[in-house]
Parts: sequence; structure tokens; C-alpha cells
Amino acid sequence: MRRIVSVLLENEPGALSRVVGLFSQRNYNINSLTVAPTDDETLSRLTLTTVGDDRKIEQIVKHLNKIVDVVKLVDLTEGSHVERELMLIKVKVSGAQRAEVMRLTEIFRGEIVDVTPTIYIVQMTGTSDKLDAFIAALEGTTILEVARTGVSGISRAEKTLSL
Amino acid sequence: MEMLSGGDMLIRALHDEGVELIFGYPGGAALHIYDAIFNQDKVEHILVRHEQAATHAADGYARATGKPGVVLVTSGPGATNAITGIATAYMDSIPMVVISGQVTRDAIGSDAFQETDMVGVSRPVVKHSFMAQKAEDIPSIVKKAFHIATTGRPGPVVIDIPKDVTEPSEQYPYEYPETLKIRSYIPPQKGHTGQIKKAVEVLLSAKKPIIYAGGGVIQGEGSEEVTRLARSLGYPITNTLMGLGCYPATDKQFLGMLGMHGTYEANMAMHEADVILAVGARFDDRVTNSDVSKFCPNATILHIDIDPASISKTVTAHVPIVGPVKAVLKEMNEQIKASSTKVDKEALKTWWEKIDHWRERKCLEVAAEGETIKPQHVIQALYEVTNGDAYITSDVGQHQMFAAQHYHFDKPRRWINSGGLGTMGFGLPAAMGVQLAYPDATVACVTGEGSIQMCIQELATCKQCALPVKIVNLNNEALGMVKQWQDMQYGGRHSQSTYADSLPDFIRLAEAYGHEGVRIEKLSELKDKLAEAFAKKDKLVFIDVAVDQSEHVYPMAIKGGAMSEMFLSKTERT
Ligand SMILES: Cc1ncc(C[n+]2csc(CCOP(=O)(O)OP(=O)(O)O)c2C)c(N)n1
Ligand SMILES: [Mg+2]
Repeated sequence: MRRIVSVLLENEPGALSRVVGLFSQRNYNINSLTVAPTDDETLSRLTLTTVGDDRKIEQIVKHLNKIVDVVKLVDLTEGSHVERELMLIKVKVSGAQRAEVMRLTEIFRGEIVDVTPTIYIVQMTGTSDKLDAFIAALEGTTILEVARTGVSGISRAEKTLSL
Repeated sequence: MEMLSGGDMLIRALHDEGVELIFGYPGGAALHIYDAIFNQDKVEHILVRHEQAATHAADGYARATGKPGVVLVTSGPGATNAITGIATAYMDSIPMVVISGQVTRDAIGSDAFQETDMVGVSRPVVKHSFMAQKAEDIPSIVKKAFHIATTGRPGPVVIDIPKDVTEPSEQYPYEYPETLKIRSYIPPQKGHTGQIKKAVEVLLSAKKPIIYAGGGVIQGEGSEEVTRLARSLGYPITNTLMGLGCYPATDKQFLGMLGMHGTYEANMAMHEADVILAVGARFDDRVTNSDVSKFCPNATILHIDIDPASISKTVTAHVPIVGPVKAVLKEMNEQIKASSTKVDKEALKTWWEKIDHWRERKCLEVAAEGETIKPQHVIQALYEVTNGDAYITSDVGQHQMFAAQHYHFDKPRRWINSGGLGTMGFGLPAAMGVQLAYPDATVACVTGEGSIQMCIQELATCKQCALPVKIVNLNNEALGMVKQWQDMQYGGRHSQSTYADSLPDFIRLAEAYGHEGVRIEKLSELKDKLAEAFAKKDKLVFIDVAVDQSEHVYPMAIKGGAMSEMFLSKTERT
């Protein structure tokens, strides 16, 4: 099962490598990873997606908690949550395709953020599934480049991950 | 406030932390620190002959005393040489602080002479690490490092210090912090009372209970409480390789070690138990025998450990209790006293009868064959000669298992071996650490001719520090444990496990380093010669014993089987 784990991490040198190192060391997967400082500059928030059964996720959570730099963490997929990913995708477009890609972008509520006679850059946010679906819908179009941020997420309602 | 350089601050901070002894080896990036050592007399430095030995010596010191071991090495090769010892300490949860010199701050990342990313290289084998970026940070980093190394589940912590941070001409105000708080690191102080209650109920209702206690009981100072618990219940208890000594081995409730080379009775009792109380043990594959689906099929498992990640990692715990073993066991003992549920005496009697029946198998007994010395005989003689009261360090191999099986440890911190990593070369430097901690104690290193050659250079350190360690070399002229596996699983093909024609003369080797040596070849002279060697209280004696080269360690778990499946000798199995 796919899981999204959000971690509050001391904003210290080496902290990120300890988290990433844990995954390779213990043979866990990381599918995506985002990290940036929070409103409190001493803390970074790191969000990663991984797959595994309950047992594996329990181990991942426990081992993450053992890392001295990890202040707190939450498995967002345990409760209801909002997740978003940002994608920039560069496609080669000419002739009728230009209108077609523009229409698709509108349907997916994306935005064309750069245009040349042969190129569009489309910006899209949403769940990873939605981004996947957009890529699938572009079949037949030449995709030149895809840049995705990886998932970021936050629990719904009162539940918070903070100090 | 007093003004000190970074180098002086470091040594002063160690002193303020209560450190008396550090083990190390100098080199370029650490020279300012070495000068700071020269200029004071509060912290003593032991010069080893290889950085691996510094870590093992600090480790042995820590295992014997419970205090953190401290190591100082230079950058690059000094740091990488220390890695094996750091990993050894990490696997066995030993408190240790390793200080490594580093190239100057402006040179980091430039592939400078003797530059290694020590924080990076050591990352998978440390509990935590620091890089001191400024001299002013040194006192608080030292304070944090010791706190992290010694609390919770203990482990090694690295402090990497760039050379210019220890520059003697630059001085800063020094103050050692009295308290500290690390918001992201708060080890548990006690167990969950509700969980303990649940565990106590299950424990008291058991018909075929067993206590399975590991190294965490020793590291967590829980020996007294576990002994009280076992005695008050009258339940059988077994120890892991790392737990030996946490319960008196000569007591009748003790079933011996369990696991791969555990006793028949301990492994059978585990397999048939209906309730297993695991304390400070981690269901290592050397205990469970790799296929966990066959592990103790009837048992409800109660598991106490300070590290939540050790619980339900390989074997699911029915009642998990996260907390320091000492505090949890204490609470358990109190609850047992107060509980209205009482031990089922009838069931327990039947259970003991069954166990006694397994005991009658006498799985560790060896017969004498003329003048041939069996390795087991050596350990038995060692036990007698030292009145069972020595500190025994060991290396890794058959000799280690024979020592674990045949030396009966009645006290914690007496049996000092590398269980988790299984590091050959550990024994001699570890013995140095123990002897330095307890100068008057009898310290013996049980080793093999293979292992001892992995840190043999430390005979020089023993000479320099006048350490009267007794080295008991079970010389079977082979990498015995490897050979045993090749006998049992590879059709007797001894690939690269023998070297009889190129072994050194250990007696002359010991003499070359300024020590004494004695060779023992006949069973009839074993005990006397051993006693004679141990009577030389102020001398290191290298006791080289020619042992039966064909001996195997038994019992031995059958690969992929349940705990009840063992070879009991070359020709018998369960
Ligand atoms: C550093 C290291 N290398 C290799 C091994 C694998 N190994 C385990 S036991 C053993 C043989 C040890 O030989 P010896 O010290 O003579 O002990 P014996 O088994 O003969 O008693 C070896 C090579 C190890 N444990 N550690
Ligand atoms: Mg050998």
C-alpha cells in the first residue's frame, strides 16, 4: 500500500542524509521526497511516499522516530488528508495538437506557463494520480521533459504536525 | 570566564564529563588535540597500535564498567580504521564516543590529504554524529554526544572536528553546560503501566513459561530485577549470547544459552513454551533460526525493550512494552506481588519435569579421549582455575561458542564478546579495556589462532601499559567455525580455512613483544599449566593450547528449522 509520511526534522546539516540513508540501509523504497524549511526556520518538513504493508510501515515509522534529528512524524495515509504534487511538463506541439493540449490542460485545470511556436510548458497541481492521468492523456504527444516535485501533504481538520 | 582553545576545550569537556581514559592514535588532523592532551594530566590517553583496537578497547571498557568508552583518532585512515569497532559497538548497543580529527574547514570537500567524510562513512553504524563547525560549539556537542551515547538504547556517537577548530592560538570562553535538552530526543523513562499489567496477567496464567533475557538486561542494569522476577515466579530462564551473566548461570533455574549453539533444554523449552517473556532481547536470527514462521508456535510473546523498533521487527509481540528494562521489571515485580492471580504450581511442576528430562540429555558433555585436549576441556579448566570469577573476553568462532557454553557467568558484565557483528580481532583489545578499568581483576581473552592474528599488534600496547591479560588461544590450526560449516554444508571442502603450515610460533611471538608464553599439548598437564600461567598476576601470558582440530560446536540449529531442530553431535539430531 502507498503511504505518505510527513516528518518534522531539525534543520541541521546531515539530517536529510540520515533520513535518506535509513531507506537505502534498510532496503525500504522511497517513491518521492520533498523537503523545505517551515515557518519555524529551525525545522524542516519532509514528506515522502513509500509502499509497504502495515508491518513494514510500522518499522519505517519506528526507525524514522529513532533518528535523533527527527522531532515528530505522521503517517498521513492513516487518516484523511490533503495531498498535492506540482508538475511542470514540456511538450512538443504543432498544428492541431496545440488546441488539443490546451483543451486537455483546461480539463485537468492546469495552466500553460510558457509558449513557443513548437513548445508548451504545462503546470499542473493535484494528487499524484491526477498528474499520472494527465500524462496518460497526452499519449500521442511528444513529451520532452517532466519535472514533478513529489507529494506534499497535510492532515485534514484539527489534526496537526507541529511542536 | 576561562579562555581555551578548541583543542583544550575538548579535553576539558571530556574531563568535565567524567572521562578518565581515552584510547587513541595520533595523526595530522588530530595533532592540536594531542598537544592539548600533553598539557594536562586529568584525562589519560592509551596509545594503541591500530585504530580498530582503540575502538574495541573502549568498547571492552564500556561493557565491563557501564561507562561510555572514548576514542580519539585522526582523519582519513585513522577514521576509517575505527569503523569496524564502531560498527561492533553499534550492533551490541554499547555506549561510545568517537572523536575524529578532520581536515581544516576550508579544505573539506577538496579531496585534501587524509580527507574522508567521516560523518558520511560512519552514518549507518552510529547512533548519531556531529561535526564541530566552531570551537565554541565543542562543549555543548560533547555534552550532547555523551547524553545520546549513554541513554535510551545506547550506541556509538561520532564527533568529527576540523583541525582549524582546535587551533591553539584561537581561544574562546569555556563553560561546560550543566543541563541539556534535545527536543527531538526523549528516551522513554518507564513502561506503560497498562501494558505491564496485561503482561503480568499473561505471565501468571502461564503453564509452560520461559524468560528469554538478552544483552539489553545487562546494558540496562536490569540483572537484579530479572533475577528477582525469575526467582519469585520459579520460572525457567535462558540467556542470549549477549545476555550471559544477567542471571546467575549456576542457578538451577538457568537453562543455559539459547539459539544456534544454545542448549538442548533451552531451545526445547522455548519451542514448547506457552508464554515467552522476552527482556532486552531482539529475536535475532541467531536465536530464531531464520524461518520465523516455525518459531515457538504455541507461545504468547511478551516483549520488553527500550527500542520500539526492536519490538515486532521479526517476531510479532502479543504484549509489547517499550521502556527501560530496569524500570519495567521493577514495576512488574511490584505488580506480581500485588496480583491476585497466583502461579499455577501444578502446571509449573509438570513443566519443570519436562525440562529436567531434556536436561538429562547433557548436551554439552564431552568425553575425554586419551591426552587429546578438547576445546571444551580448556574452558572448563579455565573456569576452575579462575574460580568462575574472571572477566572473559572473546573473539569470534568456535572458541567463542565453547566459552559461552562452558564458562558459567554468575555476574553481569563478565562476558565480553562481539555478538551482533561477530568481529574477529575484538578479544585482545577488549581485554585491554577491561584490564585498564579493573587493574586487579583477572582478565582472560579466549581466542583462536585465526582471530588473535587480527589484532595481534596490541601485544605491544599491553607491554607499554603493563597489562597482565591472559590470552587463552584455542589453537585448532584452522578457521574452525568456517571449517565446521564446510564440513556440515559443503561436503567437507575446506576452502581457504586451513593454514597449519604457516602458523607463527605464538610463544616466540609473545616473547618478541616482551611477554611470556606457554604451550599446552596434553590433557594431563592442562589444568596445572593453566593455573601456573594465571598465577603470574603481573604478567601477560600467551597460553597456546593445541586442541582437537576436528571438534565441532554442538548443539547446532538445523538451518531453516524450528528451535527444536538441532544437531546434537556429528551423528545425532533431534
Ligand atoms: C573480521 C571477520 N572476518 C571473518 C569472519 C568470519 N569468521 C567467523 S568465525 C571464523 C573463524 C575464526 O577462526 P579462529 O579465530 O581460529 O576460531 P575457531 O573457530 O577456530 O575457534 C571466521 C573466519 C569474522 N567473523 N570476522
Ligand atoms: Mg582456529
